[in-house]
Amino acid sequence: MNFNLIYESFLDILKGLGASLEIIILSLFLGLLLSVGIVMMRLTKNIILNSFSRSFVFVIRGTPLLVQIYFIYYGLAQFTAIRESFIWIVLKEPFWCGVLALTINTSAYTSEIIRSGLNSIIKGQAESAVAFGMNKFQAFKRILLPQAIRQSIPAYSNEIILMIKASSLVSVITIMEMTGIARKIISKTFAPIEVFIAAGIIYLALNYLVTVIFKKIEKKYTISY
Amino acid sequence: MELLSLGDTGWGDEMLRACMMTLAVSLCAMVFGLILAIPFVLMKLSNSWVLKFIANFFTTVVRGIPELLIIYLFFFGSSAAIMFVASIFGHNGYIEINAFFIGAFCVGIICAAYSTEVLRGAVKAIPKGQIEASHSYGIKGRRMLFGIMIPQTLRIALPGIGNIWQLVLKDTALISVTGLVEIMRQTHIASGSTREPFLFLVTAGILYLLLTTFSNKFFMIAENKYSKGFI
Repeated sequence: MNFNLIYESFLDILKGLGASLEIIILSLFLGLLLSVGIVMMRLTKNIILNSFSRSFVFVIRGTPLLVQIYFIYYGLAQFTAIRESFIWIVLKEPFWCGVLALTINTSAYTSEIIRSGLNSIIKGQAESAVAFGMNKFQAFKRILLPQAIRQSIPAYSNEIILMIKASSLVSVITIMEMTGIARKIISKTFAPIEVFIAAGIIYLALNYLVTVIFKKIEKKYTISY
Repeated sequence: MELLSLGDTGWGDEMLRACMMTLAVSLCAMVFGLILAIPFVLMKLSNSWVLKFIANFFTTVVRGIPELLIIYLFFFGSSAAIMFVASIFGHNGYIEINAFFIGAFCVGIICAAYSTEVLRGAVKAIPKGQIEASHSYGIKGRRMLFGIMIPQTLRIALPGIGNIWQLVLKDTALISVTGLVEIMRQTHIASGSTREPFLFLVTAGILYLLLTTFSNKFFMIAENKYSKGFI
């Protein structure tokens, strides 16, 4: 075991932390926004919107993230129509391809989390809110959504940890985030164990931080009945 | 479309073979992972803090570190380790370990970490009164383990194991980086030589969807069968 190498690769991999965090935070934020839209589509009675939302979640949850990343990075770039359109500004950058893939992926999982949060609320609450003179939107905003968010906090912290892990996959499309750098050091030094320890420490620390923060948030928002 | 035909002209048969390979790796990884999980479950349930610490360390580390890094560790690490041993015996040169073996091993380790948590939860879900009751009936030791504990643990753990199976299926896509020709690797090869990545990636997606959907159905049937009389 070469401790010097662990230390050196730790410093090198730490340089990728910024890129990793950028990708994770951006796609979590965009994914959360997208997931609210997906849930709302799922809850409407419109058959087209409803089945679109269902099949979106089914396809994204049923295929590996790697397929989704490759699909956006290689698959879409195949068509000249896309290469000439304005979307190409986004799709020609590996970084944005990675963010897009992770956003779509997390939005499907998050929408299921929010949906089960909403399902856990007693139906009578929505009805009584309407009986008190709120319209449907007000009832959703004031009564259902806050409770659904509270219900979803533990599951969502899990999703964040999964996203931190999933962000390592964008290294396969040439993005030099932490895992990409680790891979480069491994192929240069042939010392996988040392590099693994260095990278592992950073990922574990990140996940630990998320767990601690969300324990605090959970404590703050759970009220005892 | 003719690119996907069977036979020498198309890639259809290659893709199907790759699909079988994914299934084979997943099954091996799952069996290996479940077997490996048993000692860790016992360690977690034991009273010794050292054993508990080791098991907790294992599950926390494996579940907290990206799967890709774990695969890199074993893929590069194992051939380095074996080359080191070989160099002692005077053999110098590059030795590559079977990609199937390494892939099943890596995904199996990941599967073991998740299974440990699921099985531990299932064991804990069995009411303590049952153990006491079986003791008072004179059922002890191995008879209690195989007659009372294990059947119930498996029934309670079944939905969790179904989730892990889905995870394993999707994680095998990552071992394409080791060169094993499963769905992802075959897709890469086919789209590289035909310059039609869109078509083959869609095909890969459909194959994965078929695998996950069918296994989902299978687990649903199993759950219904084994939870008879409980809901």
